[in-house]
Formats: sequence, structure tokens, C-alpha cells
Amino acid sequence: MANFYLDNNDLKFHLSHPLMKKIITLKERGFIDKNKFDYAPLDVEDASDSYDKVLEIVGEICGNIIEPNAESVDAEGPEVINDHVKYARGTQENYDVLVKAGMIGMSLPRKYSGLNFPVVPYVMAAEMVSRADGSFANIWGLQDCAETIHEFASEEIKEEYLPRFANEGATAAMDLTEPDAGSDLQAVQLKATYNTKKRQWYLNGVKRFITNGDADIALVLARSEEGTTDGRGLSLYLYDKKDDAVKVRRIEHKLGIVGSPTCELVFKNAPAILIGQRRLGLIKYVMSLMNGARLGIGAQSVGISEAAYREAYAFAKERIQFGKPIIKFPAVYQMLTDMKVKLQAERSLLYETARFVDIYKAYNLVAEERALEKHEKQEQKKYQRLAEIYTPLLKLISSEYCNQIAYDSLQIHGGSGFMKDYPIERIYRDARITSIYEGTSQLQVVAAIRGVTTTSFLKHIRVYEAKEIPVDLEYLRRILIEMTNEYEKTITFVETINDKESDNEFLEFHARRLVEMVGNIIMGYLLTYDSTRDSEYKYSAEIFIKKAYAENKEKANYIQNSNLRDLGIFKQ
Amino acid sequence: MRALKIIVLAKQVPDTRNVGKDAMKSDGTVNRAALPAIFNPEDLNALEQALQLKDKYEGTTVSIITMGPGRAADIIREGLFRGADNGFLLTDRAFAGSDTLATSYALSCAIKKLKPFDIIVSGRQAIDGDTAQVGPQVAEKLGIPQVTYAEEILSVEKNTVIIKRRLERGIEIVSAPMPILVTVNGTAPDCRVRNSKLLMKYKHAKTASELQNESEDYIKMQAGRKHLHIQEWNVTDVNADVEALGLSGSPTKVKKIENIVLKAKASKKLTASDKAIDNLIKELIGNHTIG
Repeated sequence: MANFYLDNNDLKFHLSHPLMKKIITLKERGFIDKNKFDYAPLDVEDASDSYDKVLEIVGEICGNIIEPNAESVDAEGPEVINDHVKYARGTQENYDVLVKAGMIGMSLPRKYSGLNFPVVPYVMAAEMVSRADGSFANIWGLQDCAETIHEFASEEIKEEYLPRFANEGATAAMDLTEPDAGSDLQAVQLKATYNTKKRQWYLNGVKRFITNGDADIALVLARSEEGTTDGRGLSLYLYDKKDDAVKVRRIEHKLGIVGSPTCELVFKNAPAILIGQRRLGLIKYVMSLMNGARLGIGAQSVGISEAAYREAYAFAKERIQFGKPIIKFPAVYQMLTDMKVKLQAERSLLYETARFVDIYKAYNLVAEERALEKHEKQEQKKYQRLAEIYTPLLKLISSEYCNQIAYDSLQIHGGSGFMKDYPIERIYRDARITSIYEGTSQLQVVAAIRGVTTTSFLKHIRVYEAKEIPVDLEYLRRILIEMTNEYEKTITFVETINDKESDNEFLEFHARRLVEMVGNIIMGYLLTYDSTRDSEYKYSAEIFIKKAYAENKEKANYIQNSNLRDLGIFKQ
Repeated sequence: MRALKIIVLAKQVPDTRNVGKDAMKSDGTVNRAALPAIFNPEDLNALEQALQLKDKYEGTTVSIITMGPGRAADIIREGLFRGADNGFLLTDRAFAGSDTLATSYALSCAIKKLKPFDIIVSGRQAIDGDTAQVGPQVAEKLGIPQVTYAEEILSVEKNTVIIKRRLERGIEIVSAPMPILVTVNGTAPDCRVRNSKLLMKYKHAKTASELQNESEDYIKMQAGRKHLHIQEWNVTDVNADVEALGLSGSPTKVKKIENIVLKAKASKKLTASDKAIDNLIKELIGNHTIG
């Protein structure tokens, strides 16, 4: 009777963050729903109690159903029958249980039959589902698409499609990638044509690498403006599977997340509904969709990390070599502790990012009902900017950590980990995709570097720095301040060479190092502030910061001893 | 098919499946503080059968009756979170110490208040006493037929219910007239998980006694939402005879409880050969351990 919520103290800890009160208040808009919906909360306390109890249900489903199914889901995988996808038996069971439990459409407003959950508890559910089965997390997590419909579609479309998520358990997909448009979505070719007689859009073409491609409701990026070649000619459409005009040509054979069907789709005169305005498909709607998805991959990465860490810990305690459990050996226990510290650090970054997203999105909803006051507008802007730079930072760091933790976990298993006999073999394969899809790590750096050059990260680090802190944690802050100064010095160095001589190449060359330096400082502060609420985190904070200090020194040293000539050597 | 009126009998029990060292007190009684109180597992199987009928036959209602101390209201809430419609808590000092006979008497008195009904379902037995007597005794006291060891209530036609029974050596499909009492095996499908919306709605379902500790605002809110009232019934509410309840109504007297530690008395070591195994099998068949 495993419960993935109750067996992990970190979750309740982050759910009880002081900022949650503000998030709930904004999200519930004066608790106006309480007289309209019998499941709406009465006050802040009632709402947070509901999150807690609902997450307990999710934890129970993850521990008792999804995780036990994971092995057979990986072995069976989905298949294509008559141009449509049939999930593995376990995948279907997982989904049916979650629908029955009311866990689809969690973040949608109640008027569309949703639970009106903020991002933080929703992400927490995603983290647990990912820990149970990384492949299933995709299928469940694509309910994010509902969020995009909610944000950008007309009221008419919303009323028709949104309630289907909660009421019918509709599945979703985002059909973006094509054979020649992967990271570069501006190259999308799938054609959207408007039939003026029938007053209807039709889609024709091929999509590739589409996760859960046979979903009930798909958001499709297509070229609506004939003759255009860039992102400004693309629009976003909704395709309803009931129209039966899209065929699944094949499912990819993948290294990991085998249970998640990755489809090649053929659209043949598929009727579709335009979402929002023409030409804004990529530049506005997909950007927003991707940010939500990236936060989702952050949750998936943390969840898979948790699974990998637990497997390693359990194995190291049981495995006896040289007359004692291998966890007793310094070589092993330091790996385990490093894994745990990384896990807690990435998790703190995940929920910090989720809180930023929560606040600005909640303000967006308030703004639909009334004009925001000046200070509210400023706050909304502030948190939106923070979310924009924290999201790629999170995606980068959590997916890389996820891979490192899975690697170390398998290593601790030794030869047994290389066999199919232990779950780590699957977890290791599942981890690999996290740093690739929804934008590779390299592309996350491109998005996050803006926070470096605009000094937005630095400004927020100074905000962390100014917070009150108990005396016994002061020594950690001193190290972090030193790291921040070093980081500032390093950016100045890079920018000086970059501006004078290099047409941005010098900055791009060092971008990942700079972003990782920022990540280290931010996670150091987050763990330090976690320690002020629960002294348990003090050990993690100390271990993390000491290591991060050394890492940042190394990076700073490398950068400050480099020049444009070095780039030339790399290109030889 | 018409809508059914279903009653589920459920019991709150100490979780005896994970018994630790301190599960028993030195005087031989159960140390309830050391064991979490849970929904009796087979009663959950029974509830699932009721809820499946509710899914199948529109308009069907599922009511839960439980007998126990005030905290047994948790059992009713757990049922509401899964799809039950309402619940009744039978609670009175006079019920304390009831054996299976007195318990079934009390339950039958409560059920009479909910007449007419079509199907009563309960778990085959509770994990604390393991008697499997309460269900059948309730049926006897109500003078209705009973089907025990049910694994699935297959369908309902007019006034007949078709039930699959799981017996030691096979299955049996039976039909029986309603109203009827059915006890359900642990081999039946697990109960569905709690539903998020139902949980958020019914977590405020409280008995009058529980409300006493709440704020004025909360009581006011609760008063306006009738579906959140869990009814408490005492001896007078169910028109029961006090003499037939509690210790005075219980012919079962516990003489002694012993804590037994199972220990192997004698052991035999076998060599790993076909002959040794062959001999062992013969010996086990000979003394009727197997076969």
C-alpha cells in the first residue's frame, strides 16, 4: 500500500510554502465559487486542505496502480491497430482510474468541470505520476493542452471542448513537430486551407514524433498563410478525433518512455477549428504551450530522479559485499547523498518556478474580470518575467540532474543494474529523453541566457540575498554572496570581449556555463531558505553550496582564462 | 430496470494486517491506539458492488450504515468520497461490547428504518473478529434471503438478482429474490479510489457531535447544505431493546485471550534429491496435510 504523497516529506513541505496563501487567494478570487459549486473551497485553509487530500489520492493511485503497472507497460508498449493507437493494458488502466478519480482537467476553472487547482499542486501530481511511470506522465500531463485552449480560444470553443477533459476524460496532444521541423518550428509545412463555401478549415500533411498522437483533442500547428516561410505564417488549430480524418501511420520504436506512443500522423482533409487569431500560432500560442510543457518536463525530471534515487538507496542498503552493505562505503554513500541533494535542489527550483507561474497566471484570470490595479499589474509583470527565465533554467537543470541521478543509480546497482531485472534499467532509459524533448538543453540555454544578459537573474539573486536569515545559516549566505560576486565578474568579462569583438559568439560559447553558475547560486539560496522552515534541509544546503562553490570556481576560471582564439581551436 | 435502493453495512476496524509488536496490551486485549482505524477491507469490496449497480441502474441510491464510536463517521465519509449517497452512524454507549448477535440485532433495527430497500451488501467478514456471522444474522433477523461469498452481483431483473459466488472449489451462479442480503468476498474487485470532487464536497459531511467543535460560521455553512449531514442514531432512534444490546445482549463471553507465538516444534532436514522429495510428498499425503 505505497502512497507516493505520504512517503515523501518534501511534497507537503513545498505545498505549505508561505507564498501559497497568496496563490490561493488570487486563484480563488475571493472564494466566489463557494456558493455555486459544492466542491469549491470556503477559505484558504479549506483550499490547502483539499490540495493535500486530493494529492493523497494521486499518491495512492501512483503507488498502488501506476508504479506496479510500469514494468508491463514498458514491455508491451502501445500498438497501431486500424490506423489508431491502442495503449498497453496498464496504460489504459492507469488512465481510466485517474479519470474516475477526477484527475483530468485539474487546473481548469470549475465552470468547465475542472478542479481549479493552482500550478503548484498540479505539478506535484505530475511529479508523483512521473515517479511511478515516466512514460505515463506524458499521457496524463498532456491535459496541459486544456490550459492553452482555456487561455487563447473563444468562449464558444471553451464551452464545447474544455468540459470534455473532466467529464469524458478526453486525452490531448500537441501536434507541432514535422520531419523537417524539430527544434526549428518555423519550418512547419502542414497546410491549413479555408473553404469559404463550407466556412471550415481543413488540414493536410504529415506530423512526426507526436506524443500521444491519437488523442481525442489535438492542438495542431499549421501553415495558414500560403507563400510564407517563417513563423508568422503559422496558426494553431484544434482537431477533434471524432472527425476521424487523421491516421496514425506508425509508432516510433524508442529507447525509453516506451509506454508513451510517439506517432507519425497523416492529416487528410481533417476539419479543424482555428484557435485565437491567424498568424499567432507559433509566436504566441505555441510559445505559451511550450512553457507549460517545459514546466511539465521539470516535474517529470524530478519524479524520475526520485524513482532513481529510491532504487539506488534501497539497493545499496541490501546489497552486501566485502561483508557489509555497500551503503557503508564512502564511494557509495557520497554518491547517494549527492543524488539526494541534487534531487532536493531541483525540486526546490521546480516549486519556486511553479509559484512564479501560478501568481502571474492567476493575475491573468483576475484581469479577465476587472482591470488590475497598478501594483497588481507590476506584480503580474514581475512574476511573468521571472517565470520566463526560471522555466528554461528549470528544464535545463532538472533534466540534466535527472540523467545524472539515473546514471549514478544504475552505477550503484553494478552489473545487476544493467540487467532487465531491476526497475533502474527502465528508469535510466526513461530519463534520457528529458534533456531532449520540449527543447534540448542547448535550446534551454538560449532561452535562459536572456536572464543572464538582462541581469534579471542577478537582480532576483540580490532579492534572495536581502532576505532575513537566522544567524546559524549566515555562513551559507556568505559563500553564496561570494559566488554571486564571482558570477558578476565573469559576466562582465564575457560581455566585454563579446561586445568588442565577437558578434555574440563568445557569449554563446560560454552561455551554458554562465546559466549553470546562476542555477547553482539560485538553488543554493532556495535550499538555504528551505532550511529556515525545516532544519532538515540544512545538511542538503551545506553539501550543495560547498559543491556549487567549487563548481562555479571551475567555470569562472575556465571562462576568465579563455579568449576568442580558443573558439577558433574548437572549430579546427 | 428500475432504480435500486441499496444499503451497505460497513465496519471500522483496527488494521490487523500490519500488526506490530505492541498490537496487544499485556492484559490480552487489542491495543487500538497502536493500530490505525480503517474501512474493513471486504466491506470496501461490498461497497464497490453497490456502486457498480448504481453506475448500471440509473437512480439507484447507496446508503451506508456503520455502528461504532463517533470517529466511525470516517467510514461514512470514505463511502461518500467513492460515490455513496448518504450514511447513518449507529452510536450509543448501549451498543458497546456487543457480540455478533447483539450487533446484528442493532443493525437490523436500523435497517428497518430505511425500509423499503432492495439489496443489503456487506463484506463477508471483518478482519478484527473474522466471524462472518453478522451478515447472515442480519438477514435472519429481517427475514430475508441471503447469498454469501459473492464475488460479483451480475445483474438485476425485476425482483431477481443474479449473483456469482466464489466457493472453495469453484464458482456458482445463483439467482435470488429481492430484498436480499449479500456478503461479498475479498476476491471481488477492489473498491474504486476516492474521487477528488466528491472528496472536496463531502469532507465537510459531519455528524451533529462532530459539529460541536466547529466554528459558528462553519456550522452555519453546514446547516445550509443538507447533503453534508451525517445522521447519528442512538438506541431510541432505532427502537431497539437495550436488553438485547451490549454485554447483556451478547451470549458470547470471552473467557481468555492468549498471545500465541507460532514456533516450529520439530524440524527435519532433507537432502536435495528426488528420492527425499518423493518421500516427503508421500508422507504429507499420508498424514493428509495435502491431497
